[in-house]
Amino acid sequence: MGTAAAEKNATRVSLTGNDAVANAMRQVDPDIAAVFPITPQTELMHKFSEFVANGKVSTDLVNVESEHSAMSVVVGASAAGARATTATSSAGFALMWEMLYVAAGLRLPIVMPVVNRALNSPLNIHCDHTDTMGARDAGWIQIFSENAQEAYDNTIMAYRIAENKKVLLPTMVTLDGFILSHTQETMEMLPDEDVKKFVGEFKPDHYLLNAQEPMLVGPVDLQDWLFEHKRQNIEATKDAPAVIKEVSDEYSKLSGRPYGFVDAYRADDAELVVIVLGSTGGTAKDAADELRDQGVAAGVVKLRVYRPFPAKEIFDAMPKAKAVAVLDRSISAGLGNGGPVFHELRSFAYEFGKSLPMVNYVYGIGGRDIHSQHVESAFEDLKAVASSGKPGELYRYLNLRD
Amino acid sequence: MKIKQGSTWRDVPIGGNILEPGTGAELKTGAWRSDEPVWNGEICISCMNCWLFCPDLAIKLDENGKVAGVDYDYCKGCGLCAAVCPAQKKHDGAHAMTMKSKGGGK
Repeated sequence: MGTAAAEKNATRVSLTGNDAVANAMRQVDPDIAAVFPITPQTELMHKFSEFVANGKVSTDLVNVESEHSAMSVVVGASAAGARATTATSSAGFALMWEMLYVAAGLRLPIVMPVVNRALNSPLNIHCDHTDTMGARDAGWIQIFSENAQEAYDNTIMAYRIAENKKVLLPTMVTLDGFILSHTQETMEMLPDEDVKKFVGEFKPDHYLLNAQEPMLVGPVDLQDWLFEHKRQNIEATKDAPAVIKEVSDEYSKLSGRPYGFVDAYRADDAELVVIVLGSTGGTAKDAADELRDQGVAAGVVKLRVYRPFPAKEIFDAMPKAKAVAVLDRSISAGLGNGGPVFHELRSFAYEFGKSLPMVNYVYGIGGRDIHSQHVESAFEDLKAVASSGKPGELYRYLNLRD
Repeated sequence: MKIKQGSTWRDVPIGGNILEPGTGAELKTGAWRSDEPVWNGEICISCMNCWLFCPDLAIKLDENGKVAGVDYDYCKGCGLCAAVCPAQKKHDGAHAMTMKSKGGGK
């Protein structure tokens, strides 16, 4: 874990995912943070509020009356020229909806950790990816985390990615509710000064509080120019991968932890591959190890960057694949019977001329447990898919009462 | 903000930002008007009601600060100026500012 130089400076700590992200924010020391509680994010901003109260950061903390207001505050603050942050989950994320598009459309580099949680009803406070998956078209960069370490690292990198002049897009860093947010893990924390040096100062080219350059943000933009402005956003998402790579490589040198668009585990010679996001990445790696012990060429490709969608990197990571299972922790209602990641990857398979048989497993809805044996059962199913070359039943479920 | 003929999405500021002040003056919003005020300088006493109430700074003043008419480049025909214009006893209750239909309405 880590290079010798990085290990010398880093501190090994035991933190929950929420604490880890709050500490990343402490080290970044943003100008403005808008705060509104929602399970399971509450402890994240609670912890950060303690840092503010104890003078560990110079952040202005804004207590707001809803998540719509939280996102509105950081939109205003970011347009004014501040480095602005908030965090949320589930229903709070849904209440931000209108302002998510405003943040992306105004090209404001807001960084927002989102602790993934199901959307009601029936009422559920536990993890699935339904909340952030709903915003996959909103124009935000989305980065998923497998564990507290990744949530911490991704949060620090997010500021650099979002604020890059070629990108200037809001960026969300997700971590699985309770599974990561409330679970204590051992991880490495970089020295404060290393993080401060890495993220640097936020210096926007144009901002509202610049008295030397009066400007207007958010004018009416009807039939004549909105289309062109949306086209500019597409260009930013096309430019983002190069920036994400550059920032991740630089961070890898600092931390000793490599970060790519995907995390390929025993995938380069794998014939049976599971695609996964978030904390289930670790579970799937365990399952792949089990299959490897039985002599089966099993591998895992975990998506770290979900938006922009790293289709080429996913296919490049599994050149020998004969059958693929995409694990979706959300349901895209009415789009087949499965999840969004499956449909997106299958669409890109056409673009890259891959005739790979692919199947979809929806799992973990509302925090339903996913154990190694569930992923192993998916690998077992893939044996038949690989030998027949046909997917058979496209839409399958793991650990559902069926 | 002047956008050159032939500009594409590559040529304009991101996010719809407008990077110079006062550009609203370039947009002649008077074209939205359906009814329009007509000013009679012969009977106007420059009470300044119309100037005070106009929501669009469309009442023109002369060099002495007296009412000098309507700026039709920006007047949207809301009629507030005519509504607050006082009746002139000297002129049989006539008003200096009255609304005229441009047609199309009643």
